[in-house]
Amino acid sequence: MATGTEPSSHTGATGVHTASRAAIPARHLRTDRWWLAPACTAAGLLAFIVYSTWRAFANADYYHAPYVSPFYSPCLAENCHTMRGGPNWEIFGSWWGLSPALLILIFPLGFRLTCYYYRKAYYRGFWASPPACAVAEPHKKYTGETRFPLILQNIHRYFFYFAVLVAGVLTYDTALTFRDEHYAWGHMGLGTLIFLVNIVLIWAYTVSCHSCRHIVGGRLKHFSKHPVRYRLWGWIGKLNERHMLLAWSSLVSVAVADFYVFLLASGAFPDPRFF
Amino acid sequence: MSVSQEEQRSGVYQAHFRVWRGDEHAGDLADFTVEVHEGEVVLDIVHRLQATQAPDLAVRWNCKAGKCGSCSAEINGRPRLMCMTRMSVFDRTETITITPMRAFPVVRDLVTDVSFNYAKAREIPAFVPPAELAPGEYRMQQEDVGRSQEFRKCIECFLCQDTCHVVRDHEENKAAFAGPRFLMRIAELDMHPLDAAPDSGIDRKATAQDEHGLGYCNITKCCTEVCPEHIKITDNALIPLKERAADRKYDPLVWLGNKIRRRGE
Repeated sequence: MATGTEPSSHTGATGVHTASRAAIPARHLRTDRWWLAPACTAAGLLAFIVYSTWRAFANADYYHAPYVSPFYSPCLAENCHTMRGGPNWEIFGSWWGLSPALLILIFPLGFRLTCYYYRKAYYRGFWASPPACAVAEPHKKYTGETRFPLILQNIHRYFFYFAVLVAGVLTYDTALTFRDEHYAWGHMGLGTLIFLVNIVLIWAYTVSCHSCRHIVGGRLKHFSKHPVRYRLWGWIGKLNERHMLLAWSSLVSVAVADFYVFLLASGAFPDPRFF
Repeated sequence: MSVSQEEQRSGVYQAHFRVWRGDEHAGDLADFTVEVHEGEVVLDIVHRLQATQAPDLAVRWNCKAGKCGSCSAEINGRPRLMCMTRMSVFDRTETITITPMRAFPVVRDLVTDVSFNYAKAREIPAFVPPAELAPGEYRMQQEDVGRSQEFRKCIECFLCQDTCHVVRDHEENKAAFAGPRFLMRIAELDMHPLDAAPDSGIDRKATAQDEHGLGYCNITKCCTEVCPEHIKITDNALIPLKERAADRKYDPLVWLGNKIRRRGE
């Protein structure tokens, strides 16, 4: 039979140690490696944050004809490298003196920061809220996404709209990679292949977004009255099931595409041409 | 033949269990060694424990088929149905810990007071029948009800409510937060093609956020992870409901579109 555990030790406690609940001193009783997934998530996101911060502030080695790094496209300031036929749109003119990547990265960053998958990832990985299922979180108070700043997560759909525009520009950049270094069309190199894989993954991640699923058809009450939108909703739903996979693979592919341009631009090796 | 070889051959072995015993005043984990037969589930072992060593052990169960949602507990710290947890998933030498659900007040041993959930269920406005149709005249297309049929698989085991950190780790949030099971219920009704709630002045999208605490959910998906019916609670109910609430409360474009459309009607 059970030995006594005095409830007085739980007085004033909250969460799983609330007085009326089963008196179990441990914060959790999980025996599996529950910490592995949040640790890997945090490590992966941290690695990307370090890499992208370095590249975004570097303001160098982001263009090697015909490739432009996805971190610097479209280039919205005058201090951009001139890219023949490329995305040079000097909306911000000459007053912008910092890296032009900072102007555009805010949009994909906002899209990923408010993404329903990444929210889960960083709430678990960085904020331990919760670190894993049925593992007590360390915070005394929790208000979720009811207050500023986290209530701003509700504007995810606006970042989705911008993400579609950015993906459109990156598609244009990918089309430009079918040129050679002298801007002649009808060529293809290893970079073209990397850009193609990247843009497919970027579009798949963008389209599989929960907000996209909602906008396309999820908000409807009567699918039967909107057969086309219902069909589209079904397709996006299938992609949406792989949203986490697409989030990670597109994150890696965009970093690989940027790093490849960095290697070419810094003269590490010439782009292997297929034809 | 050694004991372990004999155990391998017969499929019968002795397993070590720690079962929480106590009530709302006090309690502790008690150690037991129980015989396990091939093909058994954790609930079988708890029944054997009652029959052989602890006749006063309290446990709530009913169908033993994963359909009544009664035998919810935490096994090695994970919220699960005892009747659907096969002993074969554990190593034979492993100590298996069984405790009551830790988000709810304990009654005795493995039995908890889940009345929080019934109180929350009563707070959700029921289906509002359309005024122009009598019972028996409801006609719906399959594609219109397909989405919400997934949510009807819920057996109300309350494992999602138990694992949700919003209330599990913060007792004070219980008043404001309905929990994943009942937010899913709101989503189900809001997606129902014949629900006439808006005509009777009930805005399920807005009240999900304002009255049932949808904003507390930070979509970390534990409810989905523990659901024994494999309902995609987060992706198919909670996130769509968040998007619907955003339509109503945080999206000026949708608001403007609705105004223009109504003016044109």
